[in-house]
Amino acid sequence: MNAGDELPPLELEITRTLIVAGAIASRDYQDVHHDAELARQKGSPDIFMNILTTNGLVGRYITDHFGPTAVLRRVAIRLGAPNYPGDTMVLRGTVEEVDDDTATVRVVGANSIGRHVTGTVTVTVPAGTTATVPSAGPA
Amino acid sequence: MYQKCQRDAPWGDEDEGATVKYELGLSHDREAIDELETRLKAYEGRPAAVAGVGKDPVNAPMIRHWCEAMGDTNPAYSGPDAIAPPTMLQAWTMGGLSGHTGRTQTYEELLGLLDEAGYTSVVATDCEQDYLRPLRPGDEISFDSVIESVSEKKTTKLGTGYFVTTRMDIRAGPDLAGTHRFRILKYAPRRQAGRPGARKQPSRPRPVVNRDNAGFWEGVRQHRLLIQRCTGCGALRHPWLPGCNACGGLDWDTVEASGEGTVYSYVVMHHPPFPAFDPPYAVGLIELAEGVRMIGNVAGVPYDKVRIGLPVRLGFQEYDEELVLPIWRVREETV
Repeated sequence: MNAGDELPPLELEITRTLIVAGAIASRDYQDVHHDAELARQKGSPDIFMNILTTNGLVGRYITDHFGPTAVLRRVAIRLGAPNYPGDTMVLRGTVEEVDDDTATVRVVGANSIGRHVTGTVTVTVPAGTTATVPSAGPA
Repeated sequence: MYQKCQRDAPWGDEDEGATVKYELGLSHDREAIDELETRLKAYEGRPAAVAGVGKDPVNAPMIRHWCEAMGDTNPAYSGPDAIAPPTMLQAWTMGGLSGHTGRTQTYEELLGLLDEAGYTSVVATDCEQDYLRPLRPGDEISFDSVIESVSEKKTTKLGTGYFVTTRMDIRAGPDLAGTHRFRILKYAPRRQAGRPGARKQPSRPRPVVNRDNAGFWEGVRQHRLLIQRCTGCGALRHPWLPGCNACGGLDWDTVEASGEGTVYSYVVMHHPPFPAFDPPYAVGLIELAEGVRMIGNVAGVPYDKVRIGLPVRLGFQEYDEELVLPIWRVREETV
């Protein structure tokens, strides 16, 4: 892995099921993540994905790419445009920095209304293991 | 109107039980915002959760449910040597339907204060996690959290509000397993603006203007503070009256105040709240350089920093198209 490497994008259908399953799996019972009527009463057009699910998806995106031996050290994300049901989010990543066996990857997840998530992930990939997907080459 | 002054919040240090002469029309909006920000800032560094305990130990079923939801097929998260997905860190601390454990009264107060001020909606905006040690089934989770910062008032696409950042240490048994910084926005939704029933700042009470004091209010409108002077004996007087209480003379003219003054006495209003006012706020009895005293709001310092003898300078505050009032700002060199 080298600075400038781009990870292959991951396209995710933002279904109502994904939003609700993610909220419940993360034990987040805020009504805006499962009850469309109450979400509308609070000014949102529909239910929307909670931050814990986004965090989980960003982590999955990185370990999908770097493989089961990859160790997540740090995930820092900021949310922007909400993920509403029926939308599609595409996660993209760029290796920003490599220090020995540890990389910092810049991640952006965009949906039809804008950037849902921006952030960085620090991941250690022990020597002797390789990414499951070849990198896209130098940028 | 006389009103008992009450302590209704734990962050004031005023004496209780003071009697206060209460005057409507002498607070102002900017001061109300300053007061709220002062109160919010006081929460920085205080605990948000103490000795919280995860409702379940780290366990394989919750890990599997998470992986199913995320579509995460990483083999590291299953089998005899399974670890939990690191990004589940916060999930182990969640209260679920039965509520949070360990959350402090302090944190509830902070959220309550924002609710009362109209910032009733909440959205999570940032999550920063460092993973120090993997979590495995059987690990017992405990956590402590501190209120790291409360922002100034911010206007966002969602609405106006305050960012509250907490930092949590999460332990597995005695080991620090990870840290979790979390930022939420407590905000008043934008769509409420102008909607019936929405919080709209009520307009302030109007002064009662009559033949005896019309000249005073005309001066204020022109940003001039006029003191009545008896043309018989030369005594200055305020408030404006038909006759001189020194010599009884009925003839008078005016002197324009220099605008310098000091706090002769003051009270802090805590209760009751009135529309257009946001207690606590300080009401000062100001002694002008010319010798007369008048009541007015003291601005430019938090309400609990007003003291007798504080030098102040006259200002004029425009509240709406019709209303201008004199206020007293702390002289900058003394702050």
